[in-house]
Parts: sequence; C-alpha cells; structure tokens
Amino acid sequence: MKFLKFLFVGIFFGIVLVKSEAVSWYRIFEMFKFQSFHMYGIIGSAVFLGILFLWTFKKFKVKSLEGKAINLPAKNKSVTRYLLGGTIFGLGWALAGACPGPMYILLGTGVSSMLLVIAAAMLGTFVYGLLKDKLPH
Amino acid sequence: MEVLLQPWPWYVSGPLIALTMAILVFFGKTFGMSSNLRTLCSIGGAGKYADFFKFDWKSQQWNLTVVLGAIIGGFIAVQFLSDGSAIDLSAATISDLKVLGFENAGATLLPSEIYDWNNILSLKGFSILVIAGFLVGFGTRYAGGCTSGHAITGLSNLQLPSLIAVIGFFIGGLVMTHFIIPLIF
Repeated sequence: MKFLKFLFVGIFFGIVLVKSEAVSWYRIFEMFKFQSFHMYGIIGSAVFLGILFLWTFKKFKVKSLEGKAINLPAKNKSVTRYLLGGTIFGLGWALAGACPGPMYILLGTGVSSMLLVIAAAMLGTFVYGLLKDKLPH
Repeated sequence: MEVLLQPWPWYVSGPLIALTMAILVFFGKTFGMSSNLRTLCSIGGAGKYADFFKFDWKSQQWNLTVVLGAIIGGFIAVQFLSDGSAIDLSAATISDLKVLGFENAGATLLPSEIYDWNNILSLKGFSILVIAGFLVGFGTRYAGGCTSGHAITGLSNLQLPSLIAVIGFFIGGLVMTHFIIPLIF
C-alpha cells in the first residue's frame, strides 16, 4: 500500500509525457534541428516552475510527507564525467529518440521493440559499472 | 473532455512535469528515471561482477513502482486519452525527414523505419536500436543522471554539474542529428 502513491505518480507522469509528445522520436529530432519551440517550451517551463517549487520548499522549510526536512543532495563537483557522460547520453538520446523515462512509457503504449532498447540500456549501465574505476570522473 | 484528448500544449505539459518532480520531492524522494537501470542490473545479479551494483536495491522499490506506473500511464494515454491526431511537426522537419527516407513523419509517436520489427530484424536495424540504447544506458550512469535527474531536477535545484551534463546532452544530440543520422539513413 505504501507504494500505491508512487504508482499514481508514475501513471500521471506517463500520461503527461505521451500527451506532451515528448516521448516522440520526431519531437526529439525536431528539437535538435531547432525547428520548433515545442520541446524547449516543455523543458523551459518545467525548469522555471521546478525552480519555484524547490525555492518554495526551502523558503518555507516544507517537511516531506514523512515529516523529514526536504534536502536534495548536491551533485559532486566535476566537469569531465558530466560533459563526457552527457555527450554519450545525448548521442543515444537523439538516435533512439527516447531517454530512460520515455523508454518505459513507450513500452506501455504498445511498442514492443522498446524492450530491445531497454535491454541495451541495461547492458550499457552494466558495462559502465564494470569500467567505472578506469574512467575519468 | 475533447481538450484532454488532443495533444497538450507545452505550457500545460511542462508545468505538469515540474509537478511530478515536486510531488516526488514532497514524498521524500528524487525524480530520476535512469537509476532504475542500475537497480534492474542489481536484481539481475550484476553485483557478482562489479561493486557498483552491490547496494540494497530494495530501497529503490518505490522508483520501480514509478516505472510500473509510467508503463500503465503510457497505455492509458494512447488507449483512452488520444483522438489519434498526428503530431504537429514543423514543415521543415517533415521535409528534412523525407529527404532521409522517413515517410509519414508524425503520424505515429515513433518512426516505423526504426521501430518496426521488420526493420529491426536486419543487421542495420538491430544495431541502431542496440547502439542507441547502450549509449543512453552507459552515458546516463557516467553523467550521473538523465533528462529527469539533470535537466529537470538538477537545473531546478540550480546545480552547475547538471547544467554541464545538459550541455553534454546537447553536444551529443546535435552531433547525432546533424552529422550521424544523415550518414545512417
């Protein structure tokens, strides 16, 4: 039962991403071609409102549902891993037209071939885990 | 109801994505979809091969539940909340895709040229999806997050590392879209 709320968050997220067309390969292609404002509007308005939400949580010291202080972990400082890892991710994102969230959502829309992409993404994560200590971070 | 069935404009969708992030933060969690790939590796026994996968994956059950919900949400959206309208792509995108050999751009969410099993069961089609998925899975863990973790949560939390990661996402995406995709198709 304690997981039920997370199930609903996931359902909501899945519906929003399909209805926004952010799960569409075509929209990602169009974004990287700078041929439409659509995706920039989605990401831009999400970040703008996201900043307001998190600022409000901090400003009014909002407690989480479990009564704990809300504390988002700061990301470790580095450039290499974010730039290199981010670029590798971007190459895959533009080719598959889907990042991890949409991969699951698209599976739900009935695209069975997405299972292959998810399996390959797990393999990529696994290989990263093997090579982690040898890569510059 | 009719408005719900049509595609939602960016100024509705974007804020609702921010709301998803904020709800998870209020529930004491963080919004990050790619972490689930690591969790799935751990469940599959990857801890035998690398310490990176030796962690208490049960602490991530909430996030796997979000994934299950996202799959159901995708199903509900296409089955009950769609009127079948095509994606309103820009004319320039449609004509660029036509040059590359993509027909009926926007008629469905994904191009059949990439996602139809008929095309995947060739060496080229299979390689495209496997390489694309591999790069996403490898890159996201190397960068410590994906679009949800860095572009939405990280930027909302004013994290400089997330901005660097998002710049990386765009370098990779631009190179793929402008230089590599025209070579493949």
